[in-house]
Amino acid sequence: MSTNKIETPTSNIITVENLSKTFGSLKAVDNVSFNVEEGEIFGFLGPNGAGKTTTINMLTTLLKPTSGKAVVCGFSIIKDANEVRRSVGVVPQEYTADEDMTGINNILLCADLYGMPRSDSKAHAKELLKLVELEDAANRKVSTYSGGMRRRLELACGLINYPRLLFLDEPTLGLDIQTRTAVWKYIKELKEEYHMTLFLTTHYLEEADSLCERVAIIDHGHIVKIGTPEELKQIVGGDVIVAGVKENEPDISSEIAAIPLVKEVKKQDSVYRIKVNNGEEAIPQITDLVHSLGLHVISISLKKPSLDDAYLELTGRTLREEEVDKLSMFRQRVTMRRARS
Amino acid sequence: MDKTNTDTKTPTSKNPEDQTKTTEQTLAEEEQKFRAAPKLDRSPFHGLWALTNRDLRKWYTSPPQLLISLITPIVWLGLFGKALNFASFISSSGIPIAQQNAILISYFGTTSYFSFLSCGMLAFIVLFTSAFSGMSVVFDRRFGFLDKALSTPVARGTIIMAKVFQSVGKSLIQSGIILIIAVILGMETSHFTFLGVLGTFLMVFLLGTALSALFTMLALRSADWQTQQAIINLVNLPLLFASNALFPAKLMPGWLQDVVKVNPVSYAIDGVRQMLIGAHGMNSLLIDFVVIIAFAVVLSAICIVLSWRFLSK
Repeated sequence: MSTNKIETPTSNIITVENLSKTFGSLKAVDNVSFNVEEGEIFGFLGPNGAGKTTTINMLTTLLKPTSGKAVVCGFSIIKDANEVRRSVGVVPQEYTADEDMTGINNILLCADLYGMPRSDSKAHAKELLKLVELEDAANRKVSTYSGGMRRRLELACGLINYPRLLFLDEPTLGLDIQTRTAVWKYIKELKEEYHMTLFLTTHYLEEADSLCERVAIIDHGHIVKIGTPEELKQIVGGDVIVAGVKENEPDISSEIAAIPLVKEVKKQDSVYRIKVNNGEEAIPQITDLVHSLGLHVISISLKKPSLDDAYLELTGRTLREEEVDKLSMFRQRVTMRRARS
Repeated sequence: MDKTNTDTKTPTSKNPEDQTKTTEQTLAEEEQKFRAAPKLDRSPFHGLWALTNRDLRKWYTSPPQLLISLITPIVWLGLFGKALNFASFISSSGIPIAQQNAILISYFGTTSYFSFLSCGMLAFIVLFTSAFSGMSVVFDRRFGFLDKALSTPVARGTIIMAKVFQSVGKSLIQSGIILIIAVILGMETSHFTFLGVLGTFLMVFLLGTALSALFTMLALRSADWQTQQAIINLVNLPLLFASNALFPAKLMPGWLQDVVKVNPVSYAIDGVRQMLIGAHGMNSLLIDFVVIIAFAVVLSAICIVLSWRFLSK
C-alpha cells in the first residue's frame, strides 16, 4: 500500500492520543486518549452533546482536531486523510440516502464516490443488499422505505468499500425496540462475516451492553472510564439480593455477613438487602444458611447492576439530553421522523 | 472476495502470548490487506459524473419540476417581452419608418424588442438556475449527504464542481427550450447560424459555470436556506438589472452604464446578441468570450480552493 503507512507494533486499529476539539469557547472533546483493538466492537456511551459525534467526525476526517493525534487503520487522520477515508466505512447518524433514488442506486453512488469500478461494485452492491435483506426493495425509491429499511440501507452503503473498520454513529436512533434488535443482529452478523472492527456511539445503555465488547463512558468531552460492560458494572459494587423473611424472627445479619461472598448486609423490618459479589452463587448459600438456622425465606430476588447504575456512579447523573447546536437538532428530528416512517 | 473472508478466522488479541504465526494467520493477514486495498480509481475527478448525475437525475426524472422551472422565463418572455413594444412606441412619434428602424437598431441591435429580450432571457435563466446551486449545497449539508460524501475519498473540489456542473446542465437544457419557445413566439431567426447557436450554448455554459461557482462558494459553510434566499436576491437582481439583459446600456444614466460595463453578465449577453440576432455589440465577440472565460475560470478556481478549506469545518 502507500509508503506513508505508519507501522504500529500492537494490534490497535485506532490509536488516539490527547485528541481535542474546540468550537469557540466550547471544548467538545477534551484531551481524549484511547485505543481500539482490531476485531472488537468498541462503544462510546454518553448523552447527546457529550462529544461522541465530534470524536467520530474527527476519526472519519470530517473534522480537523484542534490538537492531538490519531492513527486509524495505520494512517494519520491529519496527514493521510484520504487513505483513512479509503480504509474505513461510515454509517452516519442521519439517513443520508437520497430519497428520490432507488436503494441499489444509492449504494452504487457510494461505490462511485470511493472510485470503485462498476464491474466490482454492481456485484458487491447486490451481495450487500442480500446481507441486509433488502434485495426485494432494491429497485424501489428510498422514500418508500421504513425506518428499519433505511438504517439497513445505510449499513450496506457503509460497507461498500470493504472496510476493515466501520464507524456507526447512533445506529438505532429513533427506531422501535423490535427494529433496534434486528439492527443489532445485522451488526453482529457483519462483525462475524467480515471480521471487521466496529466503533459505535450510542446513548442507549442496552445497546452498549448487548453489542459492545468494550465501552468508553464519555461525558462533557472527557472519557470517564473504559472497560467491558461487566467491568463497568462491577464499579457499582456487585449484585444486590433482597430476601424477605417471616416477621418476628431473630436477626441473623451477622451470620449472613459471615458468608465469604457477602459484602454488606442491611436489615429493614423483615427484609434483608445483601450486597454480594456473585449473586447466582450467593443465593443458595444464603437460603441454606437460613434453613439451617431453622428460619424461613419467604421471598428472594436478585438485582444485577445495570450499565445505567454504572453510569450514575461514574458521572453522578443519569443519561440526559443536553443542548446541542441547531443543525444537529434539526438533523436529529429528521432522523427520528424518518425512523418512524 | 468476501467468500474467502468468511471462512478464515483471524485471531483476536484475546491471548496473544500463546499464538505463533501460523500459515493460516499469515494468509488471513494477506487477505486483510487485499481487502483494504481494492483497485480504486484514485484520479481527482472520480465521482464527478456520479455526483452531477445524482442532482440532474432528480430533475429529468420529474417532468413537473422541469416545467415549473420554465414558467418564470416564459411569463417574462410572453408578457413582459410582448408588452414592452418599443416599436409601436417609436412609430407613434410620426418619424419615417426607415428612421424608426435605424433608431431601434442603434439601441436594440434589432427592430424587435422581443428578439432583444429573448437573448437577455438566456442570461436570466442562467442567473436564476445557478442561484439554486448554492441552495443545493445547503440541502445536502442539512440532510447529511454532504458529510457522507466528505467521508469518502472523493476530492472536495469534485463535490463542489459537481454542484456547478449539475446547475450548468440545467441551464443548458432550459436555455434550449426557451430559445425554441422564443422562436415560436416570434423571435427573429434571420441571423441564426449553426456556429452562432453553438457559440450561444458555449456562452451559457461559461456564464453558468461562473455564476454557479459564485453561488456555491457563498454556500460552502451555510446550513440555512433563509440566508441563501437573501443572498440570491442580493446578488441576482443587481446583476440582472445592472446589465443589458432587459434594456440597452446606451439608454441608461452614465453611472449605471459604468456598472453595466463591469458586469460580466453583460458580456455574455452582448456575445449572444451578436451571435443570434446579428446586433452590433458593445465589444468584439472575442473580448466577450475572453472576459467570460476568465470569469468562469477564476471563479471556479476560487471555489475549488475555498472548498479545500471550508467545506469541512
